[in-house]
Amino acid sequence: MSKTEIQNIKDWYASQFSEYESKLNGQTKTFLHDLRKDALSKLNEMNFPTLKDEEWRYTNVSPILKHNFVHPLSVEKVEYTKEEISKYIFSGFDSHLVVIINGIFSEELSDIKNLPDGVVIGSLDKISRENPELIKNHFGKNIKLKNAFNFLNAAYSNDGLVLYVPNNKVLEKPIQVLYLNGNDNAEVLSVPRSFIYIGKSAEASVIANYRGMGKNPYLSNVINEFVIEQNAHLNYYKVQNESQNAYHIDLTDGYQNRDSVFNHLSLSFGGLIVRNDLASLLDDENIQTHYYGLYVGQQNQHIDNYTFVDHAKPNCESNELYKGILDDKARGVFTGRILVRQDAQKTNAYQSNKAVLLSEKTQVDTKPQLEIFADDVKCSHGAAIGRLDDVAYFYIRSRGVPEAIAKSMLIKAYASDVLDNVTIEEFKEQLNHMIFESLHRVEVE
Amino acid sequence: MISIKNLQAKVEGKDILRGINLEVKPGEVHAIMGPNGSGKSTLANVLAGHESYEVTGGEVIFEGKQLLEMDPDERAREGIFLAFQYPVEIPGISNATFLKTAINEIRKHHGQEELTAKEFLALIREKAKILGMDDSLISRAVNVGFSGGEKKRNEIFQLLMLNPKLALLDETDSGLDIDALKIVSEGVNKFKSKDNAVILVTHYQRLLDYIVPDFVHVLYKGRIIKSGTKELALELEEKGYDWIKNEVLETA
Repeated sequence: MSKTEIQNIKDWYASQFSEYESKLNGQTKTFLHDLRKDALSKLNEMNFPTLKDEEWRYTNVSPILKHNFVHPLSVEKVEYTKEEISKYIFSGFDSHLVVIINGIFSEELSDIKNLPDGVVIGSLDKISRENPELIKNHFGKNIKLKNAFNFLNAAYSNDGLVLYVPNNKVLEKPIQVLYLNGNDNAEVLSVPRSFIYIGKSAEASVIANYRGMGKNPYLSNVINEFVIEQNAHLNYYKVQNESQNAYHIDLTDGYQNRDSVFNHLSLSFGGLIVRNDLASLLDDENIQTHYYGLYVGQQNQHIDNYTFVDHAKPNCESNELYKGILDDKARGVFTGRILVRQDAQKTNAYQSNKAVLLSEKTQVDTKPQLEIFADDVKCSHGAAIGRLDDVAYFYIRSRGVPEAIAKSMLIKAYASDVLDNVTIEEFKEQLNHMIFESLHRVEVE
Repeated sequence: MISIKNLQAKVEGKDILRGINLEVKPGEVHAIMGPNGSGKSTLANVLAGHESYEVTGGEVIFEGKQLLEMDPDERAREGIFLAFQYPVEIPGISNATFLKTAINEIRKHHGQEELTAKEFLALIREKAKILGMDDSLISRAVNVGFSGGEKKRNEIFQLLMLNPKLALLDETDSGLDIDALKIVSEGVNKFKSKDNAVILVTHYQRLLDYIVPDFVHVLYKGRIIKSGTKELALELEEKGYDWIKNEVLETA
């Protein structure tokens, strides 16, 4: 990609801003709009990442920059019925449903009932206008925007999910957030920005479900910010199944207070180029952070997971397990950065990252990056890249099970230590189905 | 049932089987004994179709069909079963799912209806009871977290569930304490009928106190050097293998 092309794409996004502002309709007076303008000026000052940037050396984003994506407020809105979207929703268990179409919260399609007192599940647009005090003190303060994609989101996002759980409230049902992207009339820029606040001793589970519609390419460029206060629990499941000609860039970052637990499980199936940046700051004692990931790549997909656990205080634990299944010419990238700062004595930090290659033409690049400045810590990392276990394959077949089903069983076995961390049984079963479907293999049960 | 003629096989370029001849008829139990490295396990694995073993000569006719031309799963559907020396753990797949898939594939192959959930459950209960297994094991992942003895018992459980024509037991007795050995042997004895056959590969004569063989064969350097009845096993126990080796050398 030449310099002029990069300049062109920056000019494109800069030139769109006044039109975007004109559509914001009352949103320009909120605290969010100051953040937007600030992000736009930062975006103007920086370049999109290239292979020369250390954090992007295996992921070439130039195909994304060849498109002039437009904000959904500038194109005709796509209307969906509840029936049309029902096939994208995980079923068989109770949940609150939030539907976000091309980054914009849909009150009509969402279904939120019987919330405990004080719990808010709503649209960022609406809350920033009607009840900004709810989030203003935290919003944007716990997240480090790193690259031009992040600032592009910050400049252009006008909506997203707000989840606010006050102290001591436990949300029994998970919140299922369907992010439905794509537009048949335009190449859209979907930039939802979501904010999750879990108060002291509160608990919640979120399923973020990214799906693609239509044939047009689109850019799904998301930011998720979380604050997990003292002794609070957040289980966050991300299922990324964007369309196979879409691009997906995710920044999920946040702050954990003492005695809190954050479980993040990421499943990536879709997208032509996918980059997930996941980071947590463990800024007090006795915090637990667990990252589990599974990615399934096929054809010419490129899936890049970049994780960063920042241990700033003593007596915390982080545990990370990422696994990949790559077929055809798919490429996987994993970077696992763990920083243990000088104060973070008695840290336990573990990381394991594995991949199986189902074809000769796949490629995986993996980079554990441990930076340890405390002397009394337990840290380990391991990486393994290989093929499916041929002894197990023989064992299964020796019971009469044909090749295709035997392979499915092996894949399920391989994925099980990641998926075992899904505590909602019905949801786990549907995830298993998705793995098989995405690999075009025969289903087992 | 099975007719093995001049079977030769290699592993990693090394000749392990150098011409095995063996005839097993329905209703018979054959024990294959021999020192370490003689090729006993190789024989069992070659018959089951393990792809790491390269067959370099000979033929095997199983129930009138050329066994060596079949894939491992096809052999299993035709009625071969190998109880593994080292059973494999399969996380994420329950014993129930695993067995139901296997049984139904075998039934489909023979043009039979798939088992209903109820029939399957009844079968599981019946067979688990023989081996004193707890029903809860059925919902656990295949061999995951099982002790060595539990894994071997699970192999015999699979044997009873799949009910093959020919059971190959590859050192199923190794490492078992006497209680586990009795349970496993009881399972094999329940399996035995006039219509099926068993080939036991073992190091130890003790197993043959519980599963009484019709024939005992001594395998040495890839060949069967002596065959006899169960008394041969007792003689081996008493004298070791050297006297046979010497006897073979003398007659050679």
